[in-house]
Amino acid sequence: MLTRRTAMMGAALAALILAAPALAQDLNLPRQKVELVAPPFVHPHEQATKQTPKIIEFRMEIEEKEVIIDEQGTKFQAMTFNGSMPGPLMVVHQGDYVELTLVNPETNAMPHNIDFHSATGALGGGALTLINPGEQVVLRWKADRTGTFVYHCAPEGSMIPWHVISGMHGAVMVLPREGLKDGAGKALRYDRIYYIGEHDLYVPRDEKGKFKAYDSVGESYADTMEVARKLIPTHVVFNGKVGALTGKNAMTAKVGETVLIVHSQANRDSRPHLIGGHGDHVWETGKFANRPEVDLETWFIRGGSAGAALYTFKQPGIYAYVNHNLIEAVELGAAAHFKVEGKWNDDLMKQMRPPEAIPPKVQGVLQPNSKTN
Amino acid sequence: MLRASKLKVVFLAAAAFAVPLAMTRALPGANREIAAIKDQPALVELQPGTLRYRSAGDFTRAGKPAEAPLVTIRIAQPITIMKHQVSSADYQRCVAEGACRALPTDIAITADRPAVMVSWRDADAYATWLSRRTGYTYRLPTDEEWAYAAGTHYQDDGLPVDDSDPSKRWIARYEREADLRNSETDGAVRPIGAFGANENGLLDVAGNVWEWTNTCFVRMAIDAAGKVLSTMANCGVRVVEGQHRAYVTDFIRDARAGGCAAGVPPSNLGFRLVRESTQFMRWFGL
Repeated sequence: MLTRRTAMMGAALAALILAAPALAQDLNLPRQKVELVAPPFVHPHEQATKQTPKIIEFRMEIEEKEVIIDEQGTKFQAMTFNGSMPGPLMVVHQGDYVELTLVNPETNAMPHNIDFHSATGALGGGALTLINPGEQVVLRWKADRTGTFVYHCAPEGSMIPWHVISGMHGAVMVLPREGLKDGAGKALRYDRIYYIGEHDLYVPRDEKGKFKAYDSVGESYADTMEVARKLIPTHVVFNGKVGALTGKNAMTAKVGETVLIVHSQANRDSRPHLIGGHGDHVWETGKFANRPEVDLETWFIRGGSAGAALYTFKQPGIYAYVNHNLIEAVELGAAAHFKVEGKWNDDLMKQMRPPEAIPPKVQGVLQPNSKTN
Repeated sequence: MLRASKLKVVFLAAAAFAVPLAMTRALPGANREIAAIKDQPALVELQPGTLRYRSAGDFTRAGKPAEAPLVTIRIAQPITIMKHQVSSADYQRCVAEGACRALPTDIAITADRPAVMVSWRDADAYATWLSRRTGYTYRLPTDEEWAYAAGTHYQDDGLPVDDSDPSKRWIARYEREADLRNSETDGAVRPIGAFGANENGLLDVAGNVWEWTNTCFVRMAIDAAGKVLSTMANCGVRVVEGQHRAYVTDFIRDARAGGCAAGVPPSNLGFRLVRESTQFMRWFGL
């Protein structure tokens, strides 16, 4: 008996035999295989490069799975690129080719695809990558412009928002070959990079107000979309879970180090703010051909985009990195922490007197409402 | 008032006869357990002793931030404290009688789960109701009493102060509190007893439900010898105790969001009460 699986394996094998010689002849460029890592970390990469353009090979496996999205143990039926929310950040240089092998294992229930905002044509690749459970596809696209860009799953109709709010988005960073520059053309470098993906989640509740759990992703669909259509998320999270980037998982840096923070949101607007710090150079829309803005307090990430902020830490301590809609940060979860070690700088800040009782008013001192002649 | 005090005597007498010595159980260290009966919760009577205690609040010495003093406290009288946290079903009885504010609807009302999402005001209202109902005086413990009852589960939260660099203290506190968290779902409420008993026979001390105390937030100025020069108390903020000490505004039911952005907040807010002893009660062996 020919099962669906063996039929597909046969087809895939045939396709491979036909496609293999074509691929080899197609582009006469060196190839580099890159292992993706889970956010907030980013795979090793050059910032400026002297190498000529390459074909960068990535592989991502789609994983549908139950995850926990808050400390109370709320269960969530997630769909993920490579098992993480958000999916991993892919870093290449302008002129490189991204060659992605997208795998949808038999263990999944849904068809999936990928729409790269950084790619040109075919709905960002979505029209060429729709795969069923048990299938995989290889897509190549040219990184013809620089910047940080969202990628997300976009099958069709209501499946598009549902897959995205179930976790399926990540980001690509296309660096200029000469690296990042400030508005005057001076080179900018970072010592560390963190990738923060923000998700708005819509978890249905039962008649008592308790969050509902579902046995499979399919069973969660109708209720989830009913909540989503009202546009009020139950959770707004960085890295897939309330508090995912706090405590033992807080991001770290040292005083004097420069950190690049890439922030993506595939569905809804956000406004990152580093409490007690700044954005020294910020590409708010994420596109490096534009001059970065400087000295920002808060920057705006449009839903469906990724931005980048560069900051050199000047003071040690615990910093909160939040969505500065503070209701979303504090009540719904959009907060992360940086633990920064180094030497305190009294010149930048010093507590001159600790909290103490207000001293009694001194007689004879001019009061604001006292009468004078 | 007359009626209330009459009622108190009746309940006291009933309780005295209803709790024969056979229903108390000896615990290690001469502590004894008093079994639950009617509206009376299960209690543990702790024998007097001494306690090494890190004072709660903020301290300044010679006008500069200072580490809270570590003091030895003598507990002169036995402390009678609830064996386990007040359950949601216990709390619900107070709600049903109109004396307590209802819990949020998503909290399961059962006898085997602690009442969580309660503020200091809710806990205080429950203590008032339970005292009226039973004729005993129930109240929240002071922070010192809680620390004594918690025994080895009490965390000394002292941290050295480096005058020239406040960040060292913030980072040290953050790391210590973060290390106390050990699971992905630390905050999910578990059945009473899930965290086991401490050496005093109290259940779930410093589990994942922090407990309100009656101790107000204080700021004290002390001199080089540790003598208190001035005290400023804010009773709108009370000390809560659990995996670590925290200071929470009295009307807050859910402290999970934390304070000012950076810190590890309590997962759940609940409480247990102490029952005050009188000479009369001690005479009856209560």
